[in-house]
Amino acid sequence: MNVFAKLYYRLRKMWKAIRLYLVIAGPGIVVMVADNDAGGITTYAATGAKYGYHLIWFLLLLIPVAYYVQEMTVRLGAVTKRGLAEAIFDGFGATWGWFALIDLMLVNWLTLVTEFIGMTAALHIFGVPPWLTVSGVVLLMGIIVLNGRYWTWEKIALLFCALNLIYIPGAFMIHPSVSDILKNGLIPNFPGGFNGQLFFFLMANIGTTIAPWMLFFQQSAVVDKGMQEKDIPWGKFDTLLGSALTVVVAIFIVIVTGTTLNGTDIESAGQAAQHLMQTDRYVGTFMAIGLFDAGLLGAICISLASSWAFGEIFGWAHSLNQNIKQAPWFYASYFFALITSGLVVLIPGAPLVLITLFVQVIAVTLLPAALVFLILLLNDRPTMGDYRNSGWQNLIGGFIVACIVVLSSLYGISIMFPNLFQ
Amino acid sequence: MRTSLRRLHRKIGEINQRYREPRIEMSRGVRAALEFLRIYLLFLVCLMVYKFILLVS
Repeated sequence: MNVFAKLYYRLRKMWKAIRLYLVIAGPGIVVMVADNDAGGITTYAATGAKYGYHLIWFLLLLIPVAYYVQEMTVRLGAVTKRGLAEAIFDGFGATWGWFALIDLMLVNWLTLVTEFIGMTAALHIFGVPPWLTVSGVVLLMGIIVLNGRYWTWEKIALLFCALNLIYIPGAFMIHPSVSDILKNGLIPNFPGGFNGQLFFFLMANIGTTIAPWMLFFQQSAVVDKGMQEKDIPWGKFDTLLGSALTVVVAIFIVIVTGTTLNGTDIESAGQAAQHLMQTDRYVGTFMAIGLFDAGLLGAICISLASSWAFGEIFGWAHSLNQNIKQAPWFYASYFFALITSGLVVLIPGAPLVLITLFVQVIAVTLLPAALVFLILLLNDRPTMGDYRNSGWQNLIGGFIVACIVVLSSLYGISIMFPNLFQ
Repeated sequence: MRTSLRRLHRKIGEINQRYREPRIEMSRGVRAALEFLRIYLLFLVCLMVYKFILLVS
């Protein structure tokens, strides 16, 4: 009897913990899964097609990288109750603040363009014209945000996150060789040696896993959700789960294209889906649906990241819990970014695939600037108190910044001296 | 239009005034390192834009 009583007590305790987590869950998972956006899917698909399973080990390394970067925003948001943009203005003054804000706006807008590129390419496979996709998406996203509650928005976003897992059954359907994945994917190696193309792919993969918008988005979401200091451990767990999930999905995409399209130069995820349709109709369809979902989820989050940041600085009402009358500028900036970026996709002859890959690389190049501010803010003892960065956390953060700067520099050198790494 | 621009200009002025003094003290070395990083990253971005233009044309 005593054993059953203990078991019942433990189960109740566990259930209580799960229920508590479900209340707190959201910002971490949404931001990390949304990170597998249209540009991300394209990058992973191209990585798998180009290098097979050989860069899976590199993707695994990105789990702790994404976690350590993003968990800092949870602590900063829960302690200061303000978004990153406002925290930078307050901490470092207006000059640095404007630099950070302009960086964010530019990169976010460019990334939004890539989301529309992905969505139009995905639906084009099913015969939907781009103009219809763009207008349909703007309408759908309007309905999602105008419901007037952060809570509802988050649950809808989580639903789209679940759809992102579609690549996992897709990978199983093509029966990849597990021994090949383990043999080629888990041992660190640099396929083809050091060259500009490899640096480009490594950077694009980092850029799809951690991006400037994610820092600003998660911190603002933590604030909008009303997370407190006591919620930080759950917020960290949410981020860890999201980091693992995003990389697992990325690995499955690499497995899909690495198995079926290995050695092919794939320019976009849309093209990969079309190729896959010829091999396996269902896997191709999964790829297209996943690409659309990824683009939509990315667009939902990125446009909000910009609107939140603008609202914080300009002092406008900037919460999803407020309706369009209470927060007109918040919603105006949201739709402005959405519509203008959607229109770029409709320009005839625009180099859409090239734009997608370059936006990822530019995003990662600008990431260290925002990261350095974040690390400095996390070391502000009067504000952060017991939640400030430890020595280890600073070391890891500094190491990530250094790695990104070195990779960006190597890619820069390979642009200036194309024959140096051949 | 002109009124909106004037209002925006005034708002930016207010923001600059509000955040004129940085709350976090930075040593001269940290500030110089941040400025160097900013310029260096912008230089890298310019290089990438150059490569993009090369590829497009």
